[in-house]
Amino acid sequence: MPESNILPLKPKGRQEAGAGFLISVDALGYRRGGRSLLDAVSFELSRDPGITVLLGPNGAGKSLLLRLIGGLIRPDSGTIRFSPDFRGPIGMVFQKPVLLRRSVRANLLHALAIARIPRRERTGMLARLLVAADLTHCAESPARALSGGEQQRLAMARALVGDPGLLLLDEPTASLDPAATAAFEALVCKVAGEGARILLVTHDLHQARRIADDVLFLHKGRIFEHTPATTFFRAPASGEADAYCKGTLLT
Amino acid sequence: MLPGSQLMEIVALSLKVSVTAVLLAALIGIPLGALLAIRRFPGRTTLTVLVNALMGLPPVVVGLGLYLLLSRSGPLGVLQLLYTPTAMIIAQTILVTPVIASFSQQIFSDLHHEYDEMLRAMRASRWQTVLTLIHEARHALITAILAGLGRALSEIGAVMIVGGNINHATRVMTTAIALETSKGNLRLAVSLGLILLALSFAINLALHFLRSRLERAAHA
Repeated sequence: MPESNILPLKPKGRQEAGAGFLISVDALGYRRGGRSLLDAVSFELSRDPGITVLLGPNGAGKSLLLRLIGGLIRPDSGTIRFSPDFRGPIGMVFQKPVLLRRSVRANLLHALAIARIPRRERTGMLARLLVAADLTHCAESPARALSGGEQQRLAMARALVGDPGLLLLDEPTASLDPAATAAFEALVCKVAGEGARILLVTHDLHQARRIADDVLFLHKGRIFEHTPATTFFRAPASGEADAYCKGTLLT
Repeated sequence: MLPGSQLMEIVALSLKVSVTAVLLAALIGIPLGALLAIRRFPGRTTLTVLVNALMGLPPVVVGLGLYLLLSRSGPLGVLQLLYTPTAMIIAQTILVTPVIASFSQQIFSDLHHEYDEMLRAMRASRWQTVLTLIHEARHALITAILAGLGRALSEIGAVMIVGGNINHATRVMTTAIALETSKGNLRLAVSLGLILLALSFAINLALHFLRSRLERAAHA
């Protein structure tokens, strides 16, 4: 991945490491069709830059939780609070990148326009985003003609528009081959290294081991543990997480 | 046999009336289709059913209704529009708008389903959402416009009633064909019919290539 600073895209004074939460989720509940999909989910994300991996088996409610935090859907109960000084949008990347039927450049310019970035600043930001996501060579290509990995990196670049206070990534590498996955993970780690706060959903244990600073383990709509990644993989506190790591968890 | 200049006059008027009607119908129908696809409001289902039902509106009935409105004793008689190309354009706009609106609704509905989550995640305003969808729908909307143009060019019932098929004034291809057939000039009627067919085919072909080119450029 070429060297360039992705963040900050504009001067800011947020996310100095220190005490307090960036997001506090309290007793979140979500029911549909008589089934409880999320049940009393509570956790906090610290303000420290880094990658929190939301880990859990299929159907645990991971993507649902991400969409609730992203404000795409509303919870039936509970609250999601952001720290008073939370700034910037929430950037989101989905498992299947939805790209406009335009060139790579036009996709990013569209996102810059939607974020109401002043016109004179767009050219510089566009160039930075293209370099950061390693897409300069295909800037004029139709976005939908890119490889899966390139499409997902474009979706990531788009999510970085407007200097997001939080990045929510929903199984972004689930459809990618190992090389594309490695390139995407490198981009994620680079963005985190530059001060971004990232919540990434995956069911891939290996990926969680590679990039997680801390792990939130979700199973059947409930949080079973939230621990530093090293602790989680050395000695999971819950039987469910232990079984998941061993591949014996029944869903 | 019609002199060449008169034939050109008829073809030109046909195109002028139908193309103007389709443009007006697109100006009304595309936003209407977008509204029905994207917004949720009371009466939306009723309006959708109505628009779909109006696609099958008999041209003769539209012509009759407009005739009653525009005739000298009608509420809009003072405008003196009856038997003018303007009246024919109004009639065809009424006929084509539901076609374009209905096609547009389906197009916008599919795109909205595809892009909704992404645009909401980007915090796009409603206006930004609509503009994005219209831009993304640009290729597919050509099909909606083609369907409208097909209906307009082939229509006879409404233009006959409100236009009156007046030579050098409101005679278009379809009304000319009907007239020549009734006079027994079958060769001329068939010739006019072939010209109408060729014209329709040429327009469709041109727009088809335009759409293909645009789609290839966007890899849509």
